[in-house]
Amino acid sequence: MGGIKTSIARKVAMALSGLFLVLFLLQHFTINFTSVVSPDTFNEISHFMGTNFVVQAILQPILIFGVIFHFVMGFILEAQNRSARSVKYGMFSGNANSSWLSRNMLISGAVVLAFLGLHFYDFWVHEMQVKYLEGDMSGLSPSGEFRYYEETVAKFAGQPIRVGLYVLAFVFLMMHLLHGFASSFQTMGVNNKYSPAIKKFTKAFAIVIPLGFAFIAIFHFINN
Amino acid sequence: MKLNLKVWRQENKDAKGKFENYIVDDIHGDMSFLEMMDVLNNQLVQEGIEPVEFDHDCREGICGMCSMQINGEPHGPDRRITTCQLHMRKFKDGDTITIEPFRANAFPVVKDLAVDRSAFDRIQHAGGYISVNTSGNTQDANSIPIEKENADMAFNAATCIGCGACVAACKNASAMLFTSAKVSQYALLPQGKVEATERVLNMVAQMDKEGFGNCTNTGACEIECPKGISLENIARLNREYLAASLKG
Repeated sequence: MGGIKTSIARKVAMALSGLFLVLFLLQHFTINFTSVVSPDTFNEISHFMGTNFVVQAILQPILIFGVIFHFVMGFILEAQNRSARSVKYGMFSGNANSSWLSRNMLISGAVVLAFLGLHFYDFWVHEMQVKYLEGDMSGLSPSGEFRYYEETVAKFAGQPIRVGLYVLAFVFLMMHLLHGFASSFQTMGVNNKYSPAIKKFTKAFAIVIPLGFAFIAIFHFINN
Repeated sequence: MKLNLKVWRQENKDAKGKFENYIVDDIHGDMSFLEMMDVLNNQLVQEGIEPVEFDHDCREGICGMCSMQINGEPHGPDRRITTCQLHMRKFKDGDTITIEPFRANAFPVVKDLAVDRSAFDRIQHAGGYISVNTSGNTQDANSIPIEKENADMAFNAATCIGCGACVAACKNASAMLFTSAKVSQYALLPQGKVEATERVLNMVAQMDKEGFGNCTNTGACEIECPKGISLENIARLNREYLAASLKG
C-alpha cells in the first residue's frame, strides 16, 4: 500500500477493492440462496467451491487479500482524514449537507469487519480444519451424505442469538453499501447521464442483497 | 432583533483560542451578516475590546474572501450564497449564533475568524493556468470553435471563487471540489489540453502536500458551495488524474 501515494490513487484502490467485494457478495448470495430452494444444489456447489483448485488456491487468496486491503486502506484513509482537521468545530451541522451513512462508513465498516470475524469462525475456520488439517476432502458426513447443507442449517436452527447477530450485521452491510457502492463509481470518474440509473441500481443492490442474506439466515432458523 | 453571539476569539495562529459570548441589539432583518458583524465590532470598540477579525472584501458574493462557519455551516444556513449575502432575516430574535473560523490544518487561523487560505493559491500555482505568450500577439479566444456544452461546463467550473467553503464543510477537510473546478475549467477547453497531464498531476500533488483530507463523496461540498460547483467536476478530476497517471 506504500506504493499508492496520492489521495486519488488511494481512493481509486479503495473503490476497486470495494467493487471486487460487491461482485463477491453477489456470488456468495447466489450460492447461499440455493440452500433455500435446493439443498442438493447447495451441496454440489459448496463441494465444488471447497475443493476446486482454482477457487481454493487462486481466487480464495485474492479474496482474502481484497478484504484485508479494503479494511486496512479504509482505516488508513480515515486516519488521514481525521488528522486533516486537528482542531474540531464547536458546532458542525453535518446533517444539513450530507447523509449520516456517507459520513460514518468507518462505523458500518467496523461492524461488518467484526461480523466477518464471527462468520470466519463459524464456517471458514471449520472448513480449513476439516479439509487441510484433517485431510478430509470428501465433503461427506459419517452417514455418507454431503455435509454442507446440514452444517449450514445447524448454525442457525435453534440459534436465535447468532441469527440476530447475522441480521444486525447485514443491516450495517446495507448501510455501508448504500453509500459505498455508488461512491465507488464517482471515484472511478463515472458521473454522467447514466449516473441516476447507476444510483438506482446500486441502491437496489444495497438493499436487496443484505436483506436476502438476512432472509436465508431467518429461513433456516424458522424452517428447522 | 437581539442576538446572542458565540464568537471564536484567537489572538494569533499560535495562541489557544476560545469562544466569547456577546449580545448585539437592534439588528435589522435586512442587514447582511457582515453588517451585523460590523455592528458587533463598533460595540466592542466602544467598550474598549479588540474588534473581531474577519475576512471580507467585495461584499457582493464575488471575491470569495468572507468565510466563517455559522451555526455549523460555511457561509451559514442559506444555500448558494456567501456570508456577505446572508441576511439576518434568516435568524430570529433571541437566537444564539455560533461563529467559528473555517477549520482545516491547511487553513491555519490567522486571528479570530480570519484563516490563511493561501494553500489554494499554491494549488493554482502548481498548474491552474495555460502557458501562452501574452506579448500582444495572443490569438482571439473566440477564433477556436468550442462545443457549447463544454464551454458551459468550463464556465460553470470557472465560477469557483476559491472561498474554501468546500474544505470547511467536508468532514475530511478535503479540497477536491476546489481542485477539480480549477482542473475542469481548463480540461474542458482546447487551450487547456496541451498541459493537461502535467496540470492534474502537479495540482493533485500540491493538494496532498498541503495536508487536505481525502474525498469520501459525502457531497457536503457541493451543497455548501456558494457557486454550486458540481460533484461532476470531482469525477472529471478523477478521470483526468487516472488518464494522466497511465500516460506517466
